[in-house]
Amino acid sequence: MIFIIAGKELKALFASPLAWVVLTGLQLIIAFAFLRRLDEFLQLQPQFIQMASPPGATELVAAPAFATAAATLLFAVPVLAMRLIAEERRNQTMVLLVSAPVSMTEIVLGKFLGLLAFLLVVVALVALMPLSLAFGTRLDYGLLAGFIAGLALLAAGFAAVSLFVSTLTDHPIVAALGAFAALLAMVMVGDAAGEGLKARGWGVAASLAQVLSPIKNFEPFGRGMFDTYAVACSLLLATVFLALAVRQLDARRLRG
Amino acid sequence: MPDPQRASTISAAGLSRRFGNHLAVNDITLELKRGEVLGLLGPNGAGKTTTMQMLTGNLAPSSGSISICGIDLLDQPVAAKTHIGYLPEVPPLYRELTVDEYLTLAAKLHRMPRARRIADVTTAKQRCGLADTGRKLIGTLSKGYQQRVGIAQAIVHQPDVIILDEPTIGLDPNQIREIRALIRELGGSHSVILSTHILPEVEAVCDRVQILHHGNLVYGDTIAALKQMHSGSTVLVGLRRAPPLAELAAAPGVASAESVEPTLFRVQFSGDADACDALVRRAADANWGLYRLQPAQTSLEDVFVNLTRREDSQ
Repeated sequence: MIFIIAGKELKALFASPLAWVVLTGLQLIIAFAFLRRLDEFLQLQPQFIQMASPPGATELVAAPAFATAAATLLFAVPVLAMRLIAEERRNQTMVLLVSAPVSMTEIVLGKFLGLLAFLLVVVALVALMPLSLAFGTRLDYGLLAGFIAGLALLAAGFAAVSLFVSTLTDHPIVAALGAFAALLAMVMVGDAAGEGLKARGWGVAASLAQVLSPIKNFEPFGRGMFDTYAVACSLLLATVFLALAVRQLDARRLRG
Repeated sequence: MPDPQRASTISAAGLSRRFGNHLAVNDITLELKRGEVLGLLGPNGAGKTTTMQMLTGNLAPSSGSISICGIDLLDQPVAAKTHIGYLPEVPPLYRELTVDEYLTLAAKLHRMPRARRIADVTTAKQRCGLADTGRKLIGTLSKGYQQRVGIAQAIVHQPDVIILDEPTIGLDPNQIREIRALIRELGGSHSVILSTHILPEVEAVCDRVQILHHGNLVYGDTIAALKQMHSGSTVLVGLRRAPPLAELAAAPGVASAESVEPTLFRVQFSGDADACDALVRRAADANWGLYRLQPAQTSLEDVFVNLTRREDSQ
């Protein structure tokens, strides 16, 4: 049942121009960042030759591509997620799902997985760019795998938060802006407060800030580190917001 | 052991719903047996849609209980919902899907086994006159066809209970007749609840009628009883050389008379079987110029005015 809804979401995404615009836009922005770094990397080549252990292409070219992708997802995911619930309510199609013998949890998970599948396509497209360098140089595949996993987790966190915000309103635009604001706030909280809180010795608050900060959890992967704590935080973030979304939909039924 | 064919498919008791301080639906009790078509009648804002939303699990009632085919909707929503097909006021259509894709999705969502799905989608399309539109995008269909897709969606999984909220809205007269015929046909094997504010529609397709007014159930009976109550004893009389109204009202067997137009009167008889005959004779004798005599059509408004007035005076 979950996969039927996920499939429906994926199909609806690709049937709408929105998804294609987002894919094209992301691809253009990321390709631009990628090619610029590649250009710089090639210009610096003569200097690298003199170094004992020069940094590789993966580190210098792929990393910024993934960082750009992470930043652009911050804008793109809220726009994609606004469709999930808010737009269905606006078009009065939510009734079809709610009247069907499907639980709210299945609806939320289905929609989440549908969006996530789309975002994984984005991640794959991003990964293809540095992979194309394999024709000319040796890549650090471990580091690359780390980037991909990190970006996928980041996308999952963004998607869960945006999905929750989408359940709060009937207006797609409000949902998109709200989700964007929430994500931006979470990134800032994690970035600023995380360090600050740790420095003051407020360990619990700092840990919470880390759970709430998808970007912060992305960082270890960028250094080529598979940090289980960061992975756990990402998954926890997604789970919490999906649970909140289910609760919100149930509350809607009670409140009317 | 109750006869399964005559068992209740929907039974709702003491159903109420408040929105803040506003009581939208107040203590409604519904009972529907298999093979019955129930008309839920009421003016706009009477609580029809709210009632239907509660019966389909889209809205939780503030109090009361609902059971669908013996399964409690509030305790086991998923199991109960497999027996319901629902067409809301605005059909829940995905404009970017084709009719086939959409109906297949609806069948999947209702957990129809893969083997039956194609046959069921075809049957639903045929019943709703959509056989040729399977590959068209829903967004490009006209309002009437979209309404049909909405109905097809509600019956594709052959539910025991079909709940239709104003199914003939936005259709042309021919389509309305087709849809009414379809509802009658569905009523043979399923239970149907139908909401409307058009009285002829109820008379045409329903076995029973319940009238809602301000969230209260003000009337519930079979359609035959409703007809008897509000027509037959009232006629419209056209008189070219009409006497004063008082004289008409004083004629034998006439309970009351009122003027609709200068030469057209609505006359209610007091129940005497020959009253109409007497009135015609009187008209001929007195040279009133009788040119028209027809049973008065009762509009929903009349029924309502009657029912609500009676309730207020009690």
